[in-house]
Amino acid sequence: MVEFLEFTLEGLSAGMIYAAIALSLVLIWRGTRVLNYAQGALAMFTSYIALEVIDRTGSYWLGFVVAIAAGLVIGAVVERTVIRPVANKPPLNAVIVTIGLLIGVEGLAGVLFTSNNRSFPPAFSITGLSIGSVALGITRNDIFTAVAVLAAAGLIAVVFQYTSVGLRLRATAFNARVARLLGVRVGRMLTLGWALAGLLGALAGMLVTPSTFLNPNSMDGIFVLGFTAAVIGGLESPVGAVAGGLILGVVLSYAAGYLGGEVVNLFGLAALMLVLMLRPSGLFSAAPARRV
Amino acid sequence: MATTPAPERPPAGDTVSLPLRAAGSAEGRPRRRPPTLVRHLGVAVLFAVLLMLASAKLSAYRDYQLAELAAFVVAVAGLTVLIGLSGQISIGNGAFMAVGGYTGALLFLHLQWPLVAIVLAATAAAAVSGAVFGFAAARLRGPYLAGATLMLAVALPSLATRFQSVFGGDQGLGFYVNVPGFLGVNFSLSEWQAWFNCGIALIALVLLANLIRSRVGRNWRALRDDEVAASLSGLNVARLQVVAFVVSAACAGAGGVLLAVVDGTVSASVFALGLSIQLLTAAVLGGLGTLTGAVWGSALLVLVPTYLENVAQSHGMTQGTSSSVPIVAYGVVLIAVMLLFPSGIQGGLLRLIALGRRRPARNQQEKGSS
Repeated sequence: MVEFLEFTLEGLSAGMIYAAIALSLVLIWRGTRVLNYAQGALAMFTSYIALEVIDRTGSYWLGFVVAIAAGLVIGAVVERTVIRPVANKPPLNAVIVTIGLLIGVEGLAGVLFTSNNRSFPPAFSITGLSIGSVALGITRNDIFTAVAVLAAAGLIAVVFQYTSVGLRLRATAFNARVARLLGVRVGRMLTLGWALAGLLGALAGMLVTPSTFLNPNSMDGIFVLGFTAAVIGGLESPVGAVAGGLILGVVLSYAAGYLGGEVVNLFGLAALMLVLMLRPSGLFSAAPARRV
Repeated sequence: MATTPAPERPPAGDTVSLPLRAAGSAEGRPRRRPPTLVRHLGVAVLFAVLLMLASAKLSAYRDYQLAELAAFVVAVAGLTVLIGLSGQISIGNGAFMAVGGYTGALLFLHLQWPLVAIVLAATAAAAVSGAVFGFAAARLRGPYLAGATLMLAVALPSLATRFQSVFGGDQGLGFYVNVPGFLGVNFSLSEWQAWFNCGIALIALVLLANLIRSRVGRNWRALRDDEVAASLSGLNVARLQVVAFVVSAACAGAGGVLLAVVDGTVSASVFALGLSIQLLTAAVLGGLGTLTGAVWGSALLVLVPTYLENVAQSHGMTQGTSSSVPIVAYGVVLIAVMLLFPSGIQGGLLRLIALGRRRPARNQQEKGSS
């Protein structure tokens, strides 16, 4: 029972990371109908930037802020430079461009920072918390992770729901042509969507990297699981992304805890296929209407 | 409801070759062509002779690269057919290569089957796994299919580390082929590997070329261009999609076992996610939907990295950073190709040929006003 609680909490804490990645993918997908395969690689890159800042200045929080800002800027730059030219092309072109970006950014990190593993400092202590003598299996840093992701997701929800910019973002995602006719600067909204996604990705990178090492490929596995979470939730739905992330985190944590760490990805595949066989467009999206 | 990118527009792959072919017949020159099978076999035999002559001249290292190239050509050709003709995407064909490679190595180690039988069995095993996955994924479209195949590519190799006793874990399984006796004792191993792999690759290409020109190929193109219209004309969409997956998985399996023949070993690290992405890269760079493009793309995949790494090292970069230079180049080239020549190398070559013939380049760019 204690073990079960421990695995659940661990899963929720890992799921928060998948949720952050999934949420950033959903933001981009709703706006531009592009799946950004480079989302993990960009998060890896901003984590390197943070690590360089932390090493030079000794301040974790300065590095944190710089990484978040870098994510924001890089997201916007990527949208403007390489995504917009393929916006009205067949969907595969955008897929290839983001895969090219993934490969290019990972290579660039290898050239700039070498491919060696580097350790990354956590924001808070990573010794396990316990109530009395019962170990909970989570740490202060895990709690910070959960709070940070929920705060970011909540902030984005508030922006989308209650501000004028949010209304314009939603209008763009819902129907870009009509939004443009109504005076929304659609191009800017798309850039803003990518920038916000970059911010979330950078946050996820900062939060997850202390538990892995930092190297050019360190975000690959986490990105794949974040992607899986987004697909499970249904790519249209931000709520689905968070739910998908938490579901996936808990399922994988049970699989790893009871069956051993090697089977984690197999269970990820099984969970994904199970959900998609029952609902081919994910848990939280409406059945797609096919246009003839 | 949002501005979905118009799905009725054909993907980049065929936009260049189709108008050319149409132009040929429209000018009223009905050429008597030999039957398709004869033509494809003729080209294959020609290339077989050329490759045999070449492999004797080449150094052992070049022969090795030739054999590696042949292995990739098979896998990339299968992927280019899947994406360029049937319109489905797979980011996970490396997983099917793993199925082929491990099946081959297990048969080689435990049953000592002859090499040709091993290749056939590995291809069949990959085809079966492709059928299973294809059935499960038949209802998935676009990004959902991409996500499922991506997860497949990550998950399947972890079986090898889970069942260490069977698959040999990280160390992998040995697959040391020998030169068959009838070639004599002095025949070099790398030359034999090049012969064997190129032979299998040519057979696979002939089979695929015929398949593309057959009814199945036409139905795939119909499906790719407009799924609803294809289904209204009586095509069984789900079955065609599963068949496409089976064909591409079989090719990947054959490529996997050929790669194992070259490497002399099969291990999980070879079939990591990066391999699947390389296959996709090669298919796109070469030009989607064309078998010649698959050859160009695979050649880039095999030859360019070592070349670039050497260049980087000669410019004073250390071992640690120079190995990343080809990766950067790949990324940049992929983006540049997609932005500038979406039809890949083969599309670009066809356009050059068309210019050479001074034909008006009609409909080459998709300039649809939307």
